[in-house]
Amino acid sequence: MKKNGAGMPGQPTGIGRRKAIGFLLAVAGWTVAGGASAGKAVAKTRKFGVLEIADGVFVHRGKHDLQRADNYGDISNCGFVVGQSGVGVIDTSGSFRAGGQLREAIRRHTDKPIRYVINTHMHPDHVLGNAAFKQDGVQFVGHSKLARALAARGERYLSAARQAMGEKAFAGTEIVLPTVTAESPVILDLGNRQLALLPQTTAHTDNDLMIRDETTKTLFVGDLIFSGHTPALDGSILGWVEVLKNLGKVEANRIVPGHGPEMMKLGDASKPMLRYLNAVIADVRKIIAQDGTINEAMARAAQQERERWELFDDFHRRNVSAAFAELEWE
Amino acid sequence: MTPADGAAHARNTLFASVAVALCMAVSMPGAVAGEDAEIWQSVRSDVFGDERKIADGSGKLKLEAPYRAEDAAIVPITVTIPASIAPKVRKLTLLVEKNPAPVVAAFKFGEAAGLGERRISTRVRVDMYSNVRAVIEMADGSLHMQTKFVKAAGGCSAPALKDMDAALASIGKMKLRALQPKTQQSSRPISEAQVMVKHPNYSGMQMNQLTGLYIPAKFVEHMEVRKGDAVVFEMEGGISLSTDPNIRFTYSSKIEGPLSVSVRDTDKRAFKAVAVAKGS
Ligand SMILES: [Zn+2]
Repeated sequence: MKKNGAGMPGQPTGIGRRKAIGFLLAVAGWTVAGGASAGKAVAKTRKFGVLEIADGVFVHRGKHDLQRADNYGDISNCGFVVGQSGVGVIDTSGSFRAGGQLREAIRRHTDKPIRYVINTHMHPDHVLGNAAFKQDGVQFVGHSKLARALAARGERYLSAARQAMGEKAFAGTEIVLPTVTAESPVILDLGNRQLALLPQTTAHTDNDLMIRDETTKTLFVGDLIFSGHTPALDGSILGWVEVLKNLGKVEANRIVPGHGPEMMKLGDASKPMLRYLNAVIADVRKIIAQDGTINEAMARAAQQERERWELFDDFHRRNVSAAFAELEWE
Repeated sequence: MTPADGAAHARNTLFASVAVALCMAVSMPGAVAGEDAEIWQSVRSDVFGDERKIADGSGKLKLEAPYRAEDAAIVPITVTIPASIAPKVRKLTLLVEKNPAPVVAAFKFGEAAGLGERRISTRVRVDMYSNVRAVIEMADGSLHMQTKFVKAAGGCSAPALKDMDAALASIGKMKLRALQPKTQQSSRPISEAQVMVKHPNYSGMQMNQLTGLYIPAKFVEHMEVRKGDAVVFEMEGGISLSTDPNIRFTYSSKIEGPLSVSVRDTDKRAFKAVAVAKGS
């Protein structure tokens, strides 16, 4: 891996730039309320807690739950890294309101300008808070395939979120597409502190991006790692195993999973993931070899994993269905 | 417009509605029973005409569909017709009544469909909570139906393509394989096989929001399976069939010759495959 593509301060190097597209979708009647209403929401709710897991690296731990009104999409991890000249935000939680609370948390710890909002991948619980940072004039950063993935799914993500959370928790939420995209490893500079962007091949999704703080070697892996929360497959199960195997080669003192504790050791984190994915692969392959159906696979595959994960019934059968549709082409 | 034109037009809207607005407008679940009955009235009159009676198909066919689908873009459904009925069935129509294009597929059976128990399984898109219906037409013209309610939403506009590049790179790739018999009977009159086609089966309802344009509908519209020279079935398909159309079917093992399939999509691209026997 390219270790130091040292760019100009604040200047992404070697990154394909896209025109900034402010993006309002199917939410006629909703306008972005901006800081004032986000501030008010915070005052009424419990503090959006963040933990400083390494010098200048903060993580908020999302709940293990499905999106609903009482969690307003705060169901995945997000965080930020503070450099000398600015702040880089990594994922924005699952609504305008949750994103606003993350922004408030950042403001409790630093008054440095927020420069970048980086999304680890397309999923709504990681990107729907982006709009809360539009007021900061940030660059929105993602994998080179993130824009296309969001373009294809954004409308459905918004209508599903609105339905699951209700109007109040959903208010202000919109899709914000990346303005800066990474196709190969590149460096973002926060002032005497660099973030390495490491785009991955298709795994959890086709637009997974890892981010490493080069100062503390903290690796934000997004949803390449779930811990406790059942993994959700929306890319390629074989590709995911490949990416996880290669993860061992990436230098990291600690990782931040997309769902689970604020930080983990890579080995502790990837072992259960690989066990789960390999169990699904093995059973689905066996069922396909016996001419079994997708229904049989959903009922039988990797049932030994049931007690080991939260939200198993919400995600597992769907994972098997996706794995079956992939593996039957082998 | 000639009557033929009219028929062709009606067919097109049933299999691949371009009424995108409809998809958007009705995508909230929980419509009341009265509206549901009205929707079915209009669909059944478009597909089968107002005159024909549709009888309860209990005992004549069995429809299996999940009450709650895991993935609205690939909802597995199976229709089984008992051996006593199968030889008299000439057509099977699958419908998802509230989809923008309600007819999923229509299978016209040929001689090689065989005389034993007949079974067809496939995967469909379900755009909102809807009845899924299977209607068989007998040689005497009578219609018989079974219905299942499926809770799923978003199957038409959701990209089932998880890896968009991989999906487009492999369009037209096919697999046709004979399946292992479940029982070791020496004189089985019926065998089972599976055909799979790599095809995005774009519904015309997936929007490219970078351009603001809908990706045009592009799908498998015709499939013909033969055993030797005899037809097992001819299928007309639409956008409600899942990405990478996948059909399991029974056929007569009494007819000589290889199992083969030919497929045509809306761009008039043709794909062909011949079955590879299991284990060979
Ligand atoms: Zn995810």
